[in-house]
Amino acid sequence: MAAFLEIENVSKSFRGLKAVSNVSLNVEEGGMVALIGPNGAGKTTLFNLIAGVFPADEGRITLAGNDILGLRPDQICDAGISRTFQLVKPFPDMTVLENVTVGALHGAQNIQEARKAARNNVELLDLANKIHLPAHSLTLPDRKRLEVARALATRPKLLLLDEVMAGLRPTETDEMVAVFKSLNQETGITILLIEHVMRAVMSLSHHVAVLHHGKKISEGTPGHITQDPEVLDCYLGEEEDV
Amino acid sequence: MMGVNFLADLTIKGKAGLLLILAILISLPFWSSSYIISVATITLYLAILGQSWNLMLGFAGLLSLGHALFVGISAYLAAYVFSVLGLPPVISVFPAVLLAILMGMLIGYLGFRFSIGGVYFALLTIAFAELVRISVDHMGFIGGTEGLFLPVSEGDRKGVDLINLRGHPFMFYYLAMVLAFLTLAGCRTLLKSKLGYYWQAIRDDQDAAQALGINVFRYKMYAVIYSSGIAGVAGVFYAFYQNSLFPESVFGIERSIEVTLGPIVGGVGSLFGPVLGAFILTPLGEGLTELIDFLKNSGIIDPKLKLNGLKLLIWGLVVSLIVLFKPRGIWPWLSDKLGFCRTEGD
Ligand SMILES: Nc1ncnc2c1ncn2[C@@H]1O[C@H](COP(=O)(O)OP(=O)(O)O)[C@@H](O)[C@H]1O
Ligand SMILES: [Mg+2]
Repeated sequence: MAAFLEIENVSKSFRGLKAVSNVSLNVEEGGMVALIGPNGAGKTTLFNLIAGVFPADEGRITLAGNDILGLRPDQICDAGISRTFQLVKPFPDMTVLENVTVGALHGAQNIQEARKAARNNVELLDLANKIHLPAHSLTLPDRKRLEVARALATRPKLLLLDEVMAGLRPTETDEMVAVFKSLNQETGITILLIEHVMRAVMSLSHHVAVLHHGKKISEGTPGHITQDPEVLDCYLGEEEDV
Repeated sequence: MMGVNFLADLTIKGKAGLLLILAILISLPFWSSSYIISVATITLYLAILGQSWNLMLGFAGLLSLGHALFVGISAYLAAYVFSVLGLPPVISVFPAVLLAILMGMLIGYLGFRFSIGGVYFALLTIAFAELVRISVDHMGFIGGTEGLFLPVSEGDRKGVDLINLRGHPFMFYYLAMVLAFLTLAGCRTLLKSKLGYYWQAIRDDQDAAQALGINVFRYKMYAVIYSSGIAGVAGVFYAFYQNSLFPESVFGIERSIEVTLGPIVGGVGSLFGPVLGAFILTPLGEGLTELIDFLKNSGIIDPKLKLNGLKLLIWGLVVSLIVLFKPRGIWPWLSDKLGFCRTEGD
């Protein structure tokens, strides 16, 4: 049977620069897959291709067997994919609750229902005591949490997380990892995450793909990846120096 | 009606303040002069237009600098069918508002389909308003530059005929008040609905809004439709209140700019801001005109002195001061100071 999300030989260039080069990747339904690689490897670009931000130069992306390449971002959301932005994009003049309510209105019958669902997501991401603050007053880690709460509120089948744990303290990282784990167990949500925090990658994902210069250079279990000499050479090795 | 619930946003103090203002407004004809009533009528009219304009910029982030277009074509249509066919405004308001909305949809379609954003969208609205102004200049059947006049008989200004909108100035005053109130309540309902949430999301970050499943094109169109529709209703009122329409004074860029000033002063994005702004600017401008006339008549200043631009100059000064010192407008600051509005979650 075909995988839930199938990325087949997808490429994308920006003015001659191959940001994503002939990448294929499968994500099984209910799976948690991590995408790692150095800065500029093309990870976010691959997310943007899945999310319909811009068209691919070539290749195919399917969700549950349906072609999704070429759909607009809002249609991608309708198809059941929700994403966070690495460079966070809160609605600055709306409160935390209003931000998340916008997400929850996707599929909700009315405002009351959406606000109630939004409240749950706000609590889940530990933002309850900031619920009525305008988003522009949040710290960066809280903005990252807001990104997640808002994306989750649309009730996606596939969640794309772009470096949402960057800047969190280790205990906070563990908390967020626990949230994703329990969501995955309880709702069966599929997660594809870009992450530099290896601690999170290791405990969350059962499958890891490594991008480098737009190409997928390795893929396998977290244990396998950390032993791969090519990965150690271009990415994980250099991490020690940072 | 849910919109009336804006009372729920107000504290006890806020409700008392609102009640006081309502009492003053309702009793105004009984103790003030006909001159003050005419100023108050125009103030309420501009409050409606400010609300309409604010719906686009303040709610959805769409800058219109051609709002006079929606007012004007609606006014012209209603006035024309009344003077030629005798069709009363209670009926012609429907095609008139529809025409305003279609105009809005045309501009919106061109702007949003081809992703003309920000300042360029504003330029598009100006271009259309100017295009229509110049076209009307050359349309003899609706008066061209000579203007379009509504028939008024002496008796008209005494009665109360809401079907034909012929009557005493007090009738227009109370009608403007009811329309302003309905617009305020309607805008509140919209702002608290799914539409309002989606508009604000688009205003704050279009890419994030789209990623959350919002069809940005469609919701921007809704904003233009509601906004131009309200402006269209105001246009019909304007036609029958003024009884004379000239392309320059109806579609001119000053008219479109005038609409923006109230909300900017009062507070773009807030519900009461456009109302407050209209109540600050209109009396200020009128008072100034009065003062100049008084000074001229009493010989303190040379009667031949031309001071036509002074009102705009003062308005410009007020707007500049607001933009510099209270960029979010007076209402958010004032309601905070006076404790008029409840903050959510209290
Ligand atoms: N919209 C864009 N326009 C032009 N170049 C881009 C764009 N998005 C990404 N790039 C370029 O593509 C490359 C990959 O970027 P990105 O996907 O953001 O990497 P990563 O997320 O792995 O750090 C970088 O060289 C970046 O400058
Ligand atoms: Mg990135």
